Amino acid sequence: MNLISRRGAMGGALGLLSAPAILHAQPAGGVKIGLVAVQTGPQAALGSQLRDGFLMGLRHLNGRLGGLTAETVMIDDELKPDVAVTKVRTALERDRCDFIVGVVFSNILQAIIRPVTEANTFLISTNAGPSTFAGRGCNPFFFTTSYNNDQVHSVIGQVCEDQGYKRVFVMVPNYQAGRDAVAGFKSRFKGEVVDEVYVPLTQLDFAAELAKIAAAKPDAIFTFMPGGLGVNLVRQYRQAGLAHIPFLSTFTVDEAVLPAQQDAAVGLFSAASWAPNMDNAANRRFVTDFEAAFNYVPASYAAQAYDGAMLLDSAIRRAGGRLADKDAIRAGLRAADFASVRGNFKFGVNHYPVQDFWLLKVAKRADGKFQTETVRKVLENNVDPWAAECRMR
Amino acid sequence: MPRLRLDVALTLLVLAALALAPLLGFGANHYLTLFARIMILAAAAVSLSFLVGGAGLASLGHAAAMGVGAYAVAILDAHRLTDITIVLPVAIVAAALFSLLTGAIAIRTEGVNFIMITLAFGQMAFFTASSLAPYGGDDGYTLYDRTEIFGLRLMENRLFFHYLCLGFLLFCWGFCAMLLASRFGRVLRAARENPLRVQAVGFAPYPFRLLAYVIAGTLAGLAGVLFANATEFVAPAYMGWQRSGELIFMVILGGLGRLSGAILGAVLFVLLETWLPNLTTHWKMIFGPLLILAVLFMRGGLIGFLGARRG
Amino acid sequence: MSTGLFLVQALNGLQLGILLFLVAAGLTLVFGVMDFINLAHGVQYMLGAYLGAALAAATGSFWLGLLWALPAALIFGLLLEVLVFRHLYDRDHLSQVLATFGVILFLNQAVKAIWGAAPLQVPVPALLEDGVVLMPGLQYPLYRIAVLCAGIATALGLWFLVERTRLGMLVRAGATNAPMVSALGVDIRRLFMLVFAFGAMLAGFAGVLAGPIFSVEPGMGDHVLILAFVVIVIGGIGSIRGAFIAALIVGLTDTLGKSLMPDLMRLFLDPSAARQTGAALASMLVYIAMAAILAFRPRGLFPARSG
Repeated sequence: MNLISRRGAMGGALGLLSAPAILHAQPAGGVKIGLVAVQTGPQAALGSQLRDGFLMGLRHLNGRLGGLTAETVMIDDELKPDVAVTKVRTALERDRCDFIVGVVFSNILQAIIRPVTEANTFLISTNAGPSTFAGRGCNPFFFTTSYNNDQVHSVIGQVCEDQGYKRVFVMVPNYQAGRDAVAGFKSRFKGEVVDEVYVPLTQLDFAAELAKIAAAKPDAIFTFMPGGLGVNLVRQYRQAGLAHIPFLSTFTVDEAVLPAQQDAAVGLFSAASWAPNMDNAANRRFVTDFEAAFNYVPASYAAQAYDGAMLLDSAIRRAGGRLADKDAIRAGLRAADFASVRGNFKFGVNHYPVQDFWLLKVAKRADGKFQTETVRKVLENNVDPWAAECRMR
Repeated sequence: MPRLRLDVALTLLVLAALALAPLLGFGANHYLTLFARIMILAAAAVSLSFLVGGAGLASLGHAAAMGVGAYAVAILDAHRLTDITIVLPVAIVAAALFSLLTGAIAIRTEGVNFIMITLAFGQMAFFTASSLAPYGGDDGYTLYDRTEIFGLRLMENRLFFHYLCLGFLLFCWGFCAMLLASRFGRVLRAARENPLRVQAVGFAPYPFRLLAYVIAGTLAGLAGVLFANATEFVAPAYMGWQRSGELIFMVILGGLGRLSGAILGAVLFVLLETWLPNLTTHWKMIFGPLLILAVLFMRGGLIGFLGARRG
Repeated sequence: MSTGLFLVQALNGLQLGILLFLVAAGLTLVFGVMDFINLAHGVQYMLGAYLGAALAAATGSFWLGLLWALPAALIFGLLLEVLVFRHLYDRDHLSQVLATFGVILFLNQAVKAIWGAAPLQVPVPALLEDGVVLMPGLQYPLYRIAVLCAGIATALGLWFLVERTRLGMLVRAGATNAPMVSALGVDIRRLFMLVFAFGAMLAGFAGVLAGPIFSVEPGMGDHVLILAFVVIVIGGIGSIRGAFIAALIVGLTDTLGKSLMPDLMRLFLDPSAARQTGAALASMLVYIAMAAILAFRPRGLFPARSG
């Protein structure tokens, strides 16, 4: 972990009481990255995935991005938007970060996007990809290496169409991302939605909803239950003997929660643009070295953050290391001239990726660990539905 | 009364430091961001201290009133109404009305039940805000513009905003101190210490308490307006019981029964919260025990501690 | 809604209520007898779940894990009492809130430092892996029924202990008027310690039972704590009977509200809006119920304290 420097983050409050402002000299030929990853609270596992993925990327790049020595300032958003704003402002104004990278949750992204982009600093989200900034709200200083949330949910809608499911039961948490999930799913699913159930984000027990599912006898269920919600749901789904109903999900069974779901999740479906078993040279190197370094299976949070490091490296290199030349950096980022662990990867006009989406299935590996594996490609070179509204040139 | 002088002197010193900070090399934006957070939360804590220390009403829903003010800014902003001549009256009326409605029921209860019923109202406000899909729902809402003052975009000026927050904090402190010293404040304190006696002299404590609750809620709502402007962002989390709890901690940490304690408590709380995470990701393992030690060994909070050292 | 579905939902509500009761019972006794607000009661539930998970993994058996977790939770409760809580009994409520919140912060983070932030998995014991079919298409897991029975048995045992034994009489007397009990020559400190440790063990027991159903993760006690407080306030502080009835009210309101509210809203709104507002209202329902009950009975349903 000697890649992380806390020097920049020190000083702060105590320095404020004793000494006058500390001067932060820009290290000659260096580049400073503010890495936003949640480290407190129940979702910290996702933040750790993101952080480790980015650090893995740096390690493969020998600690340099585009030839410049990289210094990482860790920012824990605590999953509180106002805390995130304060900390990110500090990273920009005091630590003079050249890039802000990371962000697991879209509500944090919404909170920090204005302070970052108004400071003419590039914000590279490696996970959150809300629709707000994909269409009319697209931004010349904002890129995402993940996807637009709607795309992932629409993959399941497409799968249900392909499989000929007529009646699908939908269950999501009652918050913005949950409502977006339903909209994304319905954008491609034309059959009957038997029931839409919205559960509170603090839901522990799904017994009431499972009884509803059993009563509705659907052809399949579509659900989006991130983090601990998914752990509870998957195990209770199995316990209730409902596993014969196809379980199609997004962000519900992934490598971040599989260690807790274990056998209960085997055979359940998910959708994503990446899986650990994807067969390309960049991915094999990433997964092998990641597992060796951190001793757990990487999830998409890690893979996309790894791609984020590679993207930065390629962009800075193309711009000849001139960080102040924002147009050159932007051109370098748009080119996306790096070998993605997803294979096929380029940016659309709105700086959201144009990529393939896959149907995944949870499997138990020979070494007893669990991972998602590709079943088939569902959407190819998919452009998110909002890109057309983006007026950016 | 050496105690009183010491804590007031210390608070004045802190406020003077805040006033001079931009001139003494702490004018960089990140310092101003931190100071704004300190001053706004301190103002909200002062209003809560007035309620808890003055009227004996320990509300665990104070952040909800603050959130109502913040949401007034956000909702008006979504309809492109950003001038202070509209925002301020709407925020004041909304926060006062919210406090009046919830207070009218809550003040019928006492002690722990009061804590719990205010928590319940806070949670209701939280869930209501979460379901406001046009204004961001759970994700929160990013403001297009800071509030304008008669059409001028003064709040965008970091220095102006700094002194605005400082002025508001001073106003809260002075106003609450004035209220506590008035006849109204004396009835409140008497009702806290001996409700029966107050009733016997012909005062029903209920309307006095309700008025105190509404005043404190309105001040918190105003703090919410500033908070929304400081972060340019509003989220349901502003109303959650965790934030209410933090306000309570600031009050107790500083010392209950002295308004200046709330200011010192807020300063200490925010500084610790900002500085500790730099030491370790497990900073809460330090922060938690610090809170426990503060309660065990600093009876009466910071102020009690300072007073005891002197006396 | 069919009768079968309604029955299952009612059963779910009862089961949530029972689990809440196990947590709330200790809380209300500690509160009633010692006049001590213990926010850290929720982390004792979490610790129970973690101890259960760790010991079950170490011994290879859920039952052995349960057997060892109970005394471990008890000892941990005693340790906390001696180290921290004992020094807080004569302090005001807000100081207690602040200090016990410090305990929550510490333990939530400590658990994360030891076991990691990712949720842990506790397998359902093999004996109770199957389910019974209460309505077509749905297996009702035997484990949940076992939890329900264990909870009811504990509630009965607790009732017997509190209402029919000398110890229980002292506890009840302590809840009504602690100084008087002390004046009559009872070692109130020891009584406090006993009640406290017992409450911690009950919360830990609930945690172990919850392990195989819910995910075991840092902070899992916080939500339960708030609900448990709602329960004891509705039930009346210090009253075991009140806590039991209130726990069932809260469990049923929450579960039935979640499944009925969206349908109810559909009478007034279009389906999609009805589902969303219904869900939002359902989350609020428990708090609305509490506010309503307190508005009419400011001291809860069965207040124990006389004065």
